[in-house]
Amino acid sequence: MIPRYQTVLFFVLLAASVIMGAVLWQLRDRAEQRRLQAQASTPTRAPQVAPAVQATLLVANDADDSMAERILSLPLPPSAGARARAILGKLLDLYAAPGAAHPVQGGASAITQVFLMPVSAGEAAVAGPRGKTSAGANEAKNGPEMAVVNLTGAFAASHPSGIETESLTVLSICATLHANLPQVTEVRFLVDGQERETLAGHADLTRTYLTSEAEPAVVGAQP
Amino acid sequence: MSSTQFGKSTGFRRVGTPNLFPRVAGAISIFLAFAPLELAGQAPAGLPGAAPPQFVVVLDAAHGGNDTGGHSVNWAEKNFALALSVRLRSLLEARGMDVVTTREQDVTLEAEQRDEIANHANAQACLSLHASLSGNGVHLFVSSLQPAEAARLVRWKTAQATAITRSLGLAGVLNSALRQAGLNVTLGRAALPVVDSMTCPAVALEVAPDANSGQTATDSLSDAGYQAKVAEAVAAALVEWRSEGLSGGSHKGAREP
Ligand SMILES: [Zn+2]
Repeated sequence: MIPRYQTVLFFVLLAASVIMGAVLWQLRDRAEQRRLQAQASTPTRAPQVAPAVQATLLVANDADDSMAERILSLPLPPSAGARARAILGKLLDLYAAPGAAHPVQGGASAITQVFLMPVSAGEAAVAGPRGKTSAGANEAKNGPEMAVVNLTGAFAASHPSGIETESLTVLSICATLHANLPQVTEVRFLVDGQERETLAGHADLTRTYLTSEAEPAVVGAQP
Repeated sequence: MSSTQFGKSTGFRRVGTPNLFPRVAGAISIFLAFAPLELAGQAPAGLPGAAPPQFVVVLDAAHGGNDTGGHSVNWAEKNFALALSVRLRSLLEARGMDVVTTREQDVTLEAEQRDEIANHANAQACLSLHASLSGNGVHLFVSSLQPAEAARLVRWKTAQATAITRSLGLAGVLNSALRQAGLNVTLGRAALPVVDSMTCPAVALEVAPDANSGQTATDSLSDAGYQAKVAEAVAAALVEWRSEGLSGGSHKGAREP
């Protein structure tokens, strides 16, 4: 004969497991719903804050030391600095793609920031103490601007060495900036936020580059 | 696809006060000072009965010592540049030229040391020798400085400005000779501190792999036959440059590349 206290205990435990099962079931349901909600709010495409705009890339070619114009339609953020970074990112993505005519590893993530600032302020900021470079620099105003392109150390470290290949990277960045942001007349380069002597042993990164002089003599377009 | 020859229009020039110079060395004061430099090719014409003017070529094997330049597992730009300098020197001396080299060994040289050697040589041609695993054939670069009138006082960092026209002429002669040898050649302008401070007609010559050889980049650059072909073509160009310069009396108006 089963003692009464054992029967009571059995039913109490049975009830407890049924209740715990129900609670677990509900928790699982809620988690599933949260997951579905999160999925619905994750964009599956790049956010098109602004409609896709035409961007002009000057794409380098090592074989003949040339740059060719390439026009792409890209969704671009409204702020000039962010737009500059997005466009240069696309340019570096082309260089990182297999079979590129100007092969350079790194892609869009090689550009940490692009700061824009009035030309005179830019000269002072770059020459002065570090950190000033980013001060209030992102808003495009009227008048000529200097773009400060901050590259990653990994990009510089993996960049092929040579006068031609390094110059092409620097000049195609300058020319692409000027083609899309005509107010940018000067460009300076930083690597991991610091001034660096050369890109990979040749192209001088201590100097200011004038974008006006990076324009190809004959400008053609290829959509 | 429209493609434009970059070198024809894309010279960048230094603006503002140049700050740090690649390969900063002790002699910064030299950069900021105005240094009187005798301009190459402006020596008075030989007096009657004087010995014929000597034709001097400066060969600057780039990099060296701690500065390897471009490199891969079994190839280093500094060694290639030195080997090319040695090869060229014997070819040029065999053709009766005086050759001054900036280095004969694997040593570290600062930019201004190279320029002091080059500018004291009073040379009719200066070649800065580089190599790269990227590209195809030979890349020729002339300083992107804007031409300037020859003056008694020349700023050290932009001394090449007074020789740009002649440098373009030298690049043109090199271009023709290298193409005649069946090599792919590109011409460009670039800001190169070593070349920018030279007073002689100066060209940076970067040897890239021969893409038509079917070899890997390293194998192509290590190919003795390819090196010899480039060196022979450069020597032929300098013979041509000497005949143009000395028989014509002046390099002014030399053809553009
Ligand atoms: Zn080099």
